[in-house]
Amino acid sequence: MRPHVDRVVDTSGTYCPVPIIETAKAAREEGPGKTLLVIATDPGIEADLPVWCQGTKNELLGIEREGGRYLCYVRLVAKP
Amino acid sequence: MRKPKALGLVSGGLDSTLALLIVRDLLGCEVRAIHFYTGFCITESQRRRGIAGKDGKVKPNEALAAGARLGIEVEMIDISDQGYLDVIANPKYGYGANANPCIDCRIDMFVRARQILEEWGGDFVFTGEVLGQRPKSQRRSTLWVIERDSGLQGRLLRPLSAKLLPPTQAEIEGLIDREKLFAISGRSRKEQMALAEKFGLTEYPQPAGGCCYLTDEAFARKFFDILDHRPERRIERDEIPLLATGRHFRISPAVKLIVSRTEGENFQLRRYTDGRYLVQARDVPGPLALVEGEPTWEEMVLISRIVGRYGKGRDRAKLVVVWEKEGGKDELVIDPRIEDSAIDEYRI
Repeated sequence: MRPHVDRVVDTSGTYCPVPIIETAKAAREEGPGKTLLVIATDPGIEADLPVWCQGTKNELLGIEREGGRYLCYVRLVAKP
Repeated sequence: MRKPKALGLVSGGLDSTLALLIVRDLLGCEVRAIHFYTGFCITESQRRRGIAGKDGKVKPNEALAAGARLGIEVEMIDISDQGYLDVIANPKYGYGANANPCIDCRIDMFVRARQILEEWGGDFVFTGEVLGQRPKSQRRSTLWVIERDSGLQGRLLRPLSAKLLPPTQAEIEGLIDREKLFAISGRSRKEQMALAEKFGLTEYPQPAGGCCYLTDEAFARKFFDILDHRPERRIERDEIPLLATGRHFRISPAVKLIVSRTEGENFQLRRYTDGRYLVQARDVPGPLALVEGEPTWEEMVLISRIVGRYGKGRDRAKLVVVWEKEGGKDELVIDPRIEDSAIDEYRI
């Protein structure tokens, strides 16, 4: 079952680091307890988002592939 | 005593990782780490084309990976804007061996870092620069010029070489202890590797001597070709990814051809068809090509032959090549059997 999403960050069509920049911006605006759905088309997101989550101490709930899109669920844990 | 606030420029390489560890763990500062994305990173460009490592996986961005190892957020900041491109097209301090205006590039980055530092209320900026490690941007005199021109006098700490450089304001004021800083210089990485071991840092990218396309000879030829064929020294943002993609040919002062080399590059070129002709052979597999400018009829034939020569129909006597632009379509029938020597004079 897909997690409840508080905010969708659609970065389709952009390349890394833009998806990470957008994710970080949304994380700062939303704060702990919220869940982001990051949509990306750049395959680099599969490599970058896990290390970004590790560095920021947020929780990566999962990355799902849907056609050419990556649906990434991030639970915000860290204080902005 | 209050905890000093330090803004670190992190590339993800060994030196900037060590600098971060020194400032955070030895000097006890509150650290904010940032990474400037310029659009000229070779590794990033390879990632975009889906080029994987030996294990078949696309590698993470090195700065983000360093942040993960150190448990700190590295903020990604995209500086590949027109202001940055104007700096690299018109560098006050000139170019290095290729198209690398390292001094001007550093000054531009440090000006941006100073603005972030001041908004944040930080005490100083720090980097992993090592005195004498790079021939152009890390000489003693150059480090001073960069510090002066960026407006960071006394507020720029290079922890790895600090003991060989004048003390910063934070050291003079006793905010940080100069004795805990280092006196590393030169191109050898032995001292850094020993220091990494002391910090228990086992994983870090191998020193690569820079991953910037501007230091690459072939890239530089294409970069200067653009500047040399336009009235003003200006390069546009969407031209940068194309410079790292495909084979480039200067057909005439106003006409340029880019021919893809791989499937990944085909995908890449399709993203940049706005205002350009998309050219490819019909009926046989082959590369995609982009044409900039308005070619004459003779130039269209030449371009079609070059595009045909790199496809599966190269040995045919006749090949149909399709030209498309903004909804319009033309077809040319050409003989793709063209000698390499006839192509070479156009190659950039």
